[in-house]
Amino acid sequence: MSATAVAGAARARARGLRRFASQEALLAVAVIGLAVVVGFINPRFLAYRNVADILLGNAYIAIAAIGMSMVIISGNIDISVGALIGVLATLSGSIAVAGAPTIVSWAVPVVLGVLVMAAQGAVVAYLRIPAIVVTLGMMSILKGGLISVTGGKWITDLPQGFHLADLNVLGVPMPVVIMIVATALAALWMRYSPSGRAIYATGGDAEAARLCGVNPQRTVVMVFALHGLFAGIATLVYATQLRVIQSTTPSGLELTIITAAVVGGVSILGGVGTVVGATLAAILIAEITSALVFINISPYWTDALRGGLILATVIADIVRRQRRAARGWKK
Amino acid sequence: MTVAVEKTPARKLPRWLARHETLLAVILVIALLGLGAFNERFLTFDNLLNQGRLMTEIGLIALPMTFVIITGGIDLSVGAIVGLCAIMLGYSWKTFGFPLPLAIVFSLFVGGLAGFVNGLVITRVKVPPLIMTIATLALYRGLAEGVSQAHSVRGYPEWFYFLGQGSLYRVPTQLLVLVVLVVVAGVALDRTTFGRTLYAIGSNETAARFSALNVDRAKLIVYTLSGLASALAAFVLVSRVTTTRMDMGMGYELDVIAAVVLGGTSIFGGSGTIWGTAIGLAMIQLLKNGLALTGVKGDATIVVIGAALILSVLVASSLQRRRD
Repeated sequence: MSATAVAGAARARARGLRRFASQEALLAVAVIGLAVVVGFINPRFLAYRNVADILLGNAYIAIAAIGMSMVIISGNIDISVGALIGVLATLSGSIAVAGAPTIVSWAVPVVLGVLVMAAQGAVVAYLRIPAIVVTLGMMSILKGGLISVTGGKWITDLPQGFHLADLNVLGVPMPVVIMIVATALAALWMRYSPSGRAIYATGGDAEAARLCGVNPQRTVVMVFALHGLFAGIATLVYATQLRVIQSTTPSGLELTIITAAVVGGVSILGGVGTVVGATLAAILIAEITSALVFINISPYWTDALRGGLILATVIADIVRRQRRAARGWKK
Repeated sequence: MTVAVEKTPARKLPRWLARHETLLAVILVIALLGLGAFNERFLTFDNLLNQGRLMTEIGLIALPMTFVIITGGIDLSVGAIVGLCAIMLGYSWKTFGFPLPLAIVFSLFVGGLAGFVNGLVITRVKVPPLIMTIATLALYRGLAEGVSQAHSVRGYPEWFYFLGQGSLYRVPTQLLVLVVLVVVAGVALDRTTFGRTLYAIGSNETAARFSALNVDRAKLIVYTLSGLASALAAFVLVSRVTTTRMDMGMGYELDVIAAVVLGGTSIFGGSGTIWGTAIGLAMIQLLKNGLALTGVKGDATIVVIGAALILSVLVASSLQRRRD
């Protein structure tokens, strides 16, 4: 009985791995295929300028989607991240303009991001309040707080040294370097480290994880803290790219980040998924948005397309799970 | 037995007084009187009626949201449905050339359909309500943006404004509609099989299924009602502010969920009342108006509402734990 169960689990895992490899492969094919098709219709789409715009302008979304993937894999959700990035960007810019050392203006958003998210994680884990309530409340606190404190003022005259995103590493722009390094480190850590595996265990079944010696509460706090770390790094890439920082929260940013995480193959039921898919999905979404302009479709359709994409992925994921469960029952 | 009954009232509060709704009502009256003493413009008949006018859109959506949350679900797409229905109302009239009454009916139909789609995927495909309605939040708002291309519609005929700006015996028209619907929803939840089914689903869905309750149908109805109420709110809103814009209803989900949760409905499902939601709604509006009168701007009030949402869930769950 138990031997069959173990064998079944192993088979399911092998199938699961193959499936996620294919989810990522599918996304990579979609990214390249779309580039070829749209480039055929309008060659300017593939101009270096446009490709760089797509990658540089959206690297921060891919970075934030890494943390969001971890949150969703652990069985939670966060809708405050967009507002948090807006607040941190404003803070970082204000500190830089006030004349503080550059390193301080870079460190503050990262440290504060970790603290705010870890606090939310603690409320979710230890006080047992659903993440949607905590983060919905936090979103409005951050959003309203930012506008009422700054009055939506623009931050200009940023010092030259502030622009981290303008730097290069061996000719590769910094945002792309950070995106690739962050994705690779997170992917390896989640795949091979015990604490990385604990996230999957907690999201899969918190009670089973507890019986296996994982502390689900501590894991959830850790996941939120890491999510805050990536949100802080994303802020850094986002804010140091801008010449003028508008002290408002980018509207709908949390939805873009959640979409990237979910479309990237993170199962919304918790417990499975990878961060590589999330990064590919973030690039795909940016590419679609850009492609609309080049094939003369109004950008006002972007949100509808994004909503349709997330819906299709979620439904496909669940239907696949049900089929697999049905096969399991027959055996 | 009788001795015990005689003894307890001395030490413990009577049961009806310890209820969440009663406590809230007491707080509400104290807050009303406090604000009245603080600012003489507040406790006037006209100001209170005007506040009733302003809270109607949120209130209409809060009624089915109470149902949804009692079943253990949530609907984050309500604000987006308001936007979509406002655009559908304006565009079907101005651009497609529907007569205005037909455009209103069409917009209500679109709202009901939007809610029905939510319910259908939630019950048939078993997508968790949170994720489904986050996805349709993007989708429905995106449709409103795509159809309208950011153009607004205005210039409605005079009779159209009666619902949003008119009064009957000095009472705002839409407030009367809300009061009637509060009573209908309250009675439906309290006294009908349908209403009791919602509690059964929220307390234990598997048990409800084994009790031969039609769980899927009840959920489908609840989400459809949520879409329909959002469409009605869109109608009231357009009629009140006289224009149609694609960003209408943005952020409504926060106010609606805050009103429901503040009114004592458990975010985990299984308990809550319409009467509580009505008081929660009044408290949210009171908070907004009170803050506005003391000179706080609109953006700061959402900070307070967000904090109120988290705090009320915290307090409710810690009380629940103490009772257990």
